Amino acid sequence: MTDSQRIRLLSTSLIIGFFLMWELLCIILNVSDLVLPRPSEILVTMWTRFPVLWPHILQTLYSTLFGFSLGVMIGVTLGVIVGTSKIAYAVAYPLLVGFSSIPKVAVVPIFVLWFGSGTTPAVLTAMVICVFPIVVNIATGLATTEPELEDVLKTLGASKTEILWNVGLPRAMPYFFASLKVAITLSFVGAVLSETVASNMGIGNVMMTASSNFQVSLVFAGLIILALMGVALYAVFSMLERRVTGWATRGNDIAIT
Amino acid sequence: MNMSASIPAPAPPQAKAAGVHPRPALELQDASVVFGTGDTAVTALSPTSIRMDRGDFLALVGPSGCGKSTILKLVSNLIQPSSGLVLVGGKEARAKELRIGMAFQNPTMLPWLTIERNIMMPLKIVSPFKQTYRKDKTGAFRDRVHALLKQVGLQGFANHYPWQLSGGMLQRSNLCRALIHEPDLLLLDEPFGALDQFTREELWQIMQDLYLDRKPTVLLVTHDLREAGYLANRICVMSARPGRIISDEPVTIPQPREIGMIYSPEFVEMTQGLRELIAQVRST
Repeated sequence: MTDSQRIRLLSTSLIIGFFLMWELLCIILNVSDLVLPRPSEILVTMWTRFPVLWPHILQTLYSTLFGFSLGVMIGVTLGVIVGTSKIAYAVAYPLLVGFSSIPKVAVVPIFVLWFGSGTTPAVLTAMVICVFPIVVNIATGLATTEPELEDVLKTLGASKTEILWNVGLPRAMPYFFASLKVAITLSFVGAVLSETVASNMGIGNVMMTASSNFQVSLVFAGLIILALMGVALYAVFSMLERRVTGWATRGNDIAIT
Repeated sequence: MNMSASIPAPAPPQAKAAGVHPRPALELQDASVVFGTGDTAVTALSPTSIRMDRGDFLALVGPSGCGKSTILKLVSNLIQPSSGLVLVGGKEARAKELRIGMAFQNPTMLPWLTIERNIMMPLKIVSPFKQTYRKDKTGAFRDRVHALLKQVGLQGFANHYPWQLSGGMLQRSNLCRALIHEPDLLLLDEPFGALDQFTREELWQIMQDLYLDRKPTVLLVTHDLREAGYLANRICVMSARPGRIISDEPVTIPQPREIGMIYSPEFVEMTQGLRELIAQVRST
């Protein structure tokens, strides 16, 4: 058995063990369903209520991915501008830091004020929350490009755009994909957050409603669905990262986190 | 084999492509480079004049920090002269009148591209190749890269990534990249410096073959006197910082030269002469 197989086996056992322990402790300590339902109960709820939950899952996924896509577009554009020009970097940096230090929960009421409750504030929250890490990473990737690599193209008479396309951007790709993994998770948080506060759709809203109706196992079912979705989104971008920027990790199978 | 290695001798006849290109390939007219201003100004190159005809293979030798690489940067338009003129093909360096190929001391292969794509990079940037790059990159250009790789003994490595190759292999790829777009002017910045003796001598022979094959104008910066003597048909010696050229002599040994030649008495005598000259300028 190789090391990676052993690690995989152990982490699977840890996850199963965690739920088994939860189940056992609930039975032994006789915990009420209203406080902490057993995993088996949650599973049953998830199964029986799935037709009702499904549209909400899609809604959350939609808000997350839509907001994330907008965030990536804005983030990449800003990152390229800030990363290619030393002046732009210096000028824009204080404002960027200012924006990034606002707790993103605080922007939800503003979006609700402007656009009403529903999908729009969820999308926008998912967007603003993921822009900053992308900007910073793209800018860092571009700004740390080795001048020697650029010189290779400069001696050939390449234009600024050609250097950006052939050296700067490929060089920034590992940074970009690392930031995407962070950004997609943040977008997801943003979308659920906004749904919880101001929406009648989405898993966030389901959990809020279930909570006020004391459907505790449904609340936990929502939580587990969120965890699964988060893991799935992270895994997709992690896989994408290894595909596209394998040169940076030299094909080693270690970079998962 | 006839090897006359006397230092003062007329320029070798094969270096001239007489009549075809009346303008020199390269001309520095009192070009100097000063970094910074005021008290912190550092003179990297004192006013220097060099003239190279088409097909010349000129080696610039001298102590470290004398401004050898600065001259290459001037010619390749990476920096501008603080005074004087740098004419490439009769026009200012930034006009890019001549097609330039450059090989740096570090191979500087782009790590995200295969060797094939790395070597193809100039074809993607330089006219007239860039216009047909999309179409030819899997056809004519690929064949060209593979032919060149074969010439330097790297067949079968086209689809490897740079980190999978050794230092010597990367330097070979580096030469290929400098030559793929058939430059009129080849600039070599100590490209064999970081290699072991055997690999270096092997690459010297490859370099000579490539040069005799295409006859570009070559400006080689090195501090290896044997390298200069073996490859070049003109050697310029530069003084210590701030640099200027103190000696400009042809190498009259006919090309192609055999690698064993560098141990012959005539060759040793020539490199000894150069060595003493450099020792003098270092001590003054």
